[in-house]
Amino acid sequence: MNLHRVTSWIAFALAAVYFLLPLVATLEFSLRARRGVYSLDAYRNVLSDPQFHQTLGYSLILSLATVVLGVLIVAPTAFWVRLKLPRLRPVVEFITLLPLVIPPIVIVFGYIRLFNTSSVLPLTGSAGGTDFLLAAGYATLSLPYMYRAIDTGLRAIDIRSLTEAAQSLGAGWTLILARVILPNITVAILSGAFLTFAIVIGEYVLAALLNRPAFGPYMVWMGGNRAYEPAALAVVAFGLTWAAMAVVQTLAGRAKHLNTSR
Amino acid sequence: MTFITLQSLEKSFGATPVVRTFDLTLEKGEFVSLLGPSGCGKTTVLRMVAGFETPDQGDIVIAGESVLKKRPNQRRIGMVFQSYALFPNLTVAGNVAFGLRVAGMDRAGISRRVDDMLAMVGLSGLHGRFPWQLSGGQQQRVALARAIAPRPQVLLLDEPLSALDAKIRVSLRTEIRAIQRELGITTLFVTHDQEEALSMSDRIVVMNGGRAEQIGTPQQVYDRPATRFVAGFIGTLNLIEGQVSRQAGTASILSAAGDLPLPSDSAATGKVTVAIRPQAMSPCAPDQGNLRGTLRQIEFLGAFTRLHVTCAETTVQADCFARDLPPGLSLNQTIGLRVAAEDCVVMSG
Amino acid sequence: MSAQPQRALSVWLGVVPFFAFALVFLILPTLHVMLGAFQTPEGAFTLANLGGLMTGSILKALALSLKLSLWTAALGCGIGLAVAGAVTRGGLPPALRDTVMTFSGVASNFAGVPLAFAFIATLGRLGLVTVLARDWLGVNLAATGFNLISFTGLTLAYLYFQIPLMVLIITPALDGLKKDWREAAESLGASGFQYWRMVALPVLGPSLIGTFALLFANAFGAVATAMALTGSSLSILPIVLFAQIRGDVLQDPHLGYAIAFAMIVLTGLSNLIYILLRSRAERWQK
Repeated sequence: MNLHRVTSWIAFALAAVYFLLPLVATLEFSLRARRGVYSLDAYRNVLSDPQFHQTLGYSLILSLATVVLGVLIVAPTAFWVRLKLPRLRPVVEFITLLPLVIPPIVIVFGYIRLFNTSSVLPLTGSAGGTDFLLAAGYATLSLPYMYRAIDTGLRAIDIRSLTEAAQSLGAGWTLILARVILPNITVAILSGAFLTFAIVIGEYVLAALLNRPAFGPYMVWMGGNRAYEPAALAVVAFGLTWAAMAVVQTLAGRAKHLNTSR
Repeated sequence: MTFITLQSLEKSFGATPVVRTFDLTLEKGEFVSLLGPSGCGKTTVLRMVAGFETPDQGDIVIAGESVLKKRPNQRRIGMVFQSYALFPNLTVAGNVAFGLRVAGMDRAGISRRVDDMLAMVGLSGLHGRFPWQLSGGQQQRVALARAIAPRPQVLLLDEPLSALDAKIRVSLRTEIRAIQRELGITTLFVTHDQEEALSMSDRIVVMNGGRAEQIGTPQQVYDRPATRFVAGFIGTLNLIEGQVSRQAGTASILSAAGDLPLPSDSAATGKVTVAIRPQAMSPCAPDQGNLRGTLRQIEFLGAFTRLHVTCAETTVQADCFARDLPPGLSLNQTIGLRVAAEDCVVMSG
Repeated sequence: MSAQPQRALSVWLGVVPFFAFALVFLILPTLHVMLGAFQTPEGAFTLANLGGLMTGSILKALALSLKLSLWTAALGCGIGLAVAGAVTRGGLPPALRDTVMTFSGVASNFAGVPLAFAFIATLGRLGLVTVLARDWLGVNLAATGFNLISFTGLTLAYLYFQIPLMVLIITPALDGLKKDWREAAESLGASGFQYWRMVALPVLGPSLIGTFALLFANAFGAVATAMALTGSSLSILPIVLFAQIRGDVLQDPHLGYAIAFAMIVLTGLSNLIYILLRSRAERWQK
């Protein structure tokens, strides 16, 4: 028993070293830009680079667009399927899981071929069209997370009674969705949104292949051309991801709390 | 012949004592129940016998040999769990065969024994099923067959019926007892259900707060509860407080509800509590009873009728068969209740 | 009479946006790629593209991808199981378990460019570990044959998201091993080893194999980490496809379709194994 415990501690300690070391090293590396002393030079360089602001801004706006698009597509569907078409649930669930099965690079390859300038829907022909395609691609990649988050949120409330109560008071569908259902699954939507944000903010493959000036390709470009700035960028990216995930965890904790206090 | 001896067992979890100076002996082939509320230490006693817990003090002797140094897998014990604990990856036959395979029995022997065991628990032909394909009652039968297949010297049953539906519970308890008798296997049975303990056991150990409050046959424990706890835990009981009075050779108990006869063998004095089973009270005319009170409620319960009578401050219950009911009873009338001296169990305090 | 079909129709209208979106941005692009794998540039049916997979550089990339995915899946499973075992039944404080689970939830999504940078900062030419090994221990990592821009280096980086994924998935399965099973086995005379061989491992089996398949697919489809870490010096299949899409290397898009098709088949099969075995494991957990 005691030996067992010692082995457990050793396993845990080794894992902790493996997982913490790269984080510490990245931080340390990012501070090494000036010879011999630790400094914030790398961060200063990054922050003063207009490209940094442009690409990060672009990715932030794009992730916002992705979240809006994802919620608009997933929330009404999840609601409708729960309320009226439970038979369809396995089909919808299967489709939302597909992006985990099909590698993103394959999906974007399909986009490039399907929406090229000579096709019916020449989205890649214009910058705006490509931006939309990229947002649609990100919304697709986030389908599994978004759907699961929202569906879990819907399961926690009795949507049938809520809907019928609202209908009996004379509310129409738009009003029901906007005023009754959405406010009750805000927590679920937000956790789906932040998860999406964490995925989108540093994404590389889609943005690079669709040739958009996003944060991911910028990081790779820096990686190829600078020494210490990439580490600073990684710290920024980790920070953003961690913050987003922390929000998700807190929201999940709150949702649990809400459900048990019922 | 004493087969198992539990000697002054003590066990604490952290600072909380769970079992305190627990003594018990089991005869070969005896069926003994550990009965008590949850947290009374009954399961801990069983787990110490199985070897899953180590006693802080005391000794456990099985067949003349202390087993404290033996690991659970060396104690030759069959155990049945409340959760069935069937191995989900094995079929019914695979589960029953588990102990035999571990013991290194040959294939033919295993197959014969599995057939016998499944026939014994009435599951012949279900060899190939998996646990998740069985009902709760069937699963517990498999668990029983699995436990007895290696011919253990002791059978330990840890609330085996508690997870089952009421009907299956009753039929399975009869079956368990029949199989136990047939095999003559010494059995320790843990339960919180007094009906199970009363109907199945040779002897019952009523436990409370880690101690044995009373050890006796079901009849003894039911009729002559040794302590207030035992009296209250087993069956319905009327408790009446009074004062022993010995005058001119006759002894009786004076209470606010009336005077009760003192059993001739009782040496009690001073303040006492008298415990009387509802069926030991029979209704009669107000002036003929030991107790007198107002009839508050008449409950028809099928086999018998229960009368609720308020005597002074306490309400007592009297059970009687329909044919013994005085004719023309009506609510709020004053009636008497007769009690025989031998039905009064006097407990001091 | 006509009101009912109309109503039924309007019920279905509610899910049209979702299915339209999925069709246009998920299913059609994938189908296009899959069908393209069987077409000549002129649109005629052919198996030549798939045959093209079996040629020199692509076959090598496929083999390398398989090797990388198998290794990181196997190591991820083994190490993840050890970590999950340590936190679930190793007698470690419960608070540690929550920390590990939360961290795993985050780290399993860490695949990407920043991860590559983190490993360069750790084990690269000027990385923290490299420098410390040189200054404190006098060990020259490069001289020992270690190179981050290599199969080993990439494996190390991939494990950073593979292990947490394993921990996330296998922990509930470990929790599903009931204490009663172990005690039942012991009371029947089984040793700890026999219990593991006859009960625990068979019960965990579907979860282990299923998760292995999932980790395999997870590694097989990843591009960004490898890209940012090794540039294109280590040609795994997705990087070849990436280069092909960029138009850098191959000039035949239909060969690209074939590569994509191979990727879908492999990740699809592994996911199918995962789903099938998972449902079997869930049946047992009841």
